[in-house]
Amino acid sequence: MKNLIQKLTETFSPSGFESAVRDVIRAEVAPYADEIRVDALGNLIVRKGPDGNVENARKIMIAAHMDEIGIIASHIDDKGFVRFAAIGGVFPRNLPGGRVRFFNGTPGVIGVEPLDKPTETPPLEKCYIDVGASSNKNHPIKIGDVAGFDRSFIDMGDKLVAKAMDDRIGCAVAIEALKALKSTPHNVFFVFTTQEEVGTRGAETSAYGIDPDLGFSIDVTMWGDSPNQRGLDVHLGKGPAIKIKDGGMLSDPRIVNWMISSADKAKLPYQREVLLGGTTDARAMQLVRAGVPVGCISIPCRYVHSPSEMVDYRDVQNAVKLIDVMLSGPVEI
Amino acid sequence: MADKTPVFGAHQVQLLEKLCNASGVSGDEGEVRKIVLEEVKPYADTVKVDSLGSVLVTKNGKTAERVRLMLDAHMDEVGFMLVNDDGDGLFSFEVIGGIDPRSLPGKQVLVGKNKLPGVIGARPIHLTSREDRQRKIPVDALRIDLGPGGSGKVKVGERAVFATRFRRAGGSLFSKAIDDRIGVATLIELLKAAPENLDLCLSFTVQEENGLRGARVAAFQLKPEMAIAVDATPANDLPVFDGSENTFYNTRLGAGPAIYTFDGGTLNDPRLINFLAQTAVEAKIPFQYRQPGGGKTNAGEIHLAQTGVPSVSISVPHRYTHTAISLSRVEDWKNTLLLLHSALKRITPALLSFERP
Repeated sequence: MKNLIQKLTETFSPSGFESAVRDVIRAEVAPYADEIRVDALGNLIVRKGPDGNVENARKIMIAAHMDEIGIIASHIDDKGFVRFAAIGGVFPRNLPGGRVRFFNGTPGVIGVEPLDKPTETPPLEKCYIDVGASSNKNHPIKIGDVAGFDRSFIDMGDKLVAKAMDDRIGCAVAIEALKALKSTPHNVFFVFTTQEEVGTRGAETSAYGIDPDLGFSIDVTMWGDSPNQRGLDVHLGKGPAIKIKDGGMLSDPRIVNWMISSADKAKLPYQREVLLGGTTDARAMQLVRAGVPVGCISIPCRYVHSPSEMVDYRDVQNAVKLIDVMLSGPVEI
Repeated sequence: MADKTPVFGAHQVQLLEKLCNASGVSGDEGEVRKIVLEEVKPYADTVKVDSLGSVLVTKNGKTAERVRLMLDAHMDEVGFMLVNDDGDGLFSFEVIGGIDPRSLPGKQVLVGKNKLPGVIGARPIHLTSREDRQRKIPVDALRIDLGPGGSGKVKVGERAVFATRFRRAGGSLFSKAIDDRIGVATLIELLKAAPENLDLCLSFTVQEENGLRGARVAAFQLKPEMAIAVDATPANDLPVFDGSENTFYNTRLGAGPAIYTFDGGTLNDPRLINFLAQTAVEAKIPFQYRQPGGGKTNAGEIHLAQTGVPSVSISVPHRYTHTAISLSRVEDWKNTLLLLHSALKRITPALLSFERP
């Protein structure tokens, strides 16, 4: 599974440009799926049908987003420096000295104009990308070209570090859960969604199309176990986090109970997550059509939206087991 | 059947003038709607006013493999609503849509259906201190002044627009409502020259300026296979006062229609971005990419309708957006119309036969 995580996280696919990672995922899931399709916004919808009659089975949607944060070129100046806008929640404090890679393969380093106060966080307007060009003539980049943050995967043993753990780790969990699922009484739709980082957009249209009876997302959550990090009682290595609420969604208590009772039954560790800010695809799923009971299984992740996001491999494996248990039996809600 | 090419001449500018001079603040678009209905009826298969007040038009093509394309332009404009009659012809008001309050003092307005003239007053410089002049004046402190005796003539809840009348000066167009009557006028001309490879659906939408509301329900009803939002976008292309390079111009006047890649509401479909750009190159029509950044068009709602709609935005650049007067170029408008018409003729199902990259 670590190889899969490396392959997924080292693929460049910022929001709206998910085809590269979609191809990686499609190749992984194809042998295990009953049906695969791609919708208008690029969501990869992977269905695994029930053993029995599909008409009577519940439709369960499981969303993990394929996209990652990135940047988009907005101007090439006279000297060849590239100005850019953020795709998704890019923190300027994480930028200086970082590297990016454009879709055409062009690498770049992020520089910052001199600031009035050297200690201040640079605003995005003061940042630029240096691709080694000396003018805007015959420049390799044009306005609208997209780049991802460039940082390689590290296996630290239990801890794994990469860019785009948010949410390729959710994709990895969904892929492995599909592979592990030997049989299910449900009609399960694993949806690898697009454009989550710009506002859970892919989940909104894919959920409309699937019209699920219930569902959940798999995403990273924040952490509370590094120096002076406060406000969230979630720790790396203590199990997948079962979301009670976040900044945009209140999990359906019946879905929370389904997750907790499944974890208890299989003697799997888990944590209860109460997140004050941020949200996941589950919010969009919950509000589609006439509404859907939803929840979320979170992988605790340090340094979210930086180029070095860290998760604990045991949490990842336990999330796969939890989802397998949940989907293998009937759901009472 | 002969290929229809959109006409661009004095009549089109006259129609734009009529549209621009109409009052149509968000939620009160009736005057604009009346003009649109008159213009589209002779050319449409169906015309409907939906529950929010948008005009939805269809015009079916004739070829065997047609694409259902939605074109959108919003009818509403930014403006004001009276919130309290303070007596003596003075009214407190609120801003509808995004207007910078710094641009308001000293501007003339037209209030209500009868376009009663008024002014947003400003204290004379003689009676202000140096400190006063450095402070931003909040909208709460401003009044629309209809003059003594104006009190009974309009009611709280009525809307007001900037009083600026449309003017053409050489290649330049000046108006309060380029955004987005220029899109409305463009759609009307495209309908008149509708190609036969499309089932064209047009939405002349309400309430864009207060949150893309008309487009949301319009797209739900029209169920298009792809969509293009036609709007007007700021050109912040003046030189920077200190002589440094302007890196934040959004678009440039005279550089042609602006194709969107990324804004606050939409990651425009790369298949459609490339298609528009390629069409422009082949048809030898100038174009520019709008700088990626914030702001939204109706595509932000349209592309999320139901199971999703591949969408792109294209805009006519104009300076001084959302102020009393903005400035656009005839050539940019004409090239926007020509690019869209060239693109429409070339649309086939093959355009979306492969996955979104």
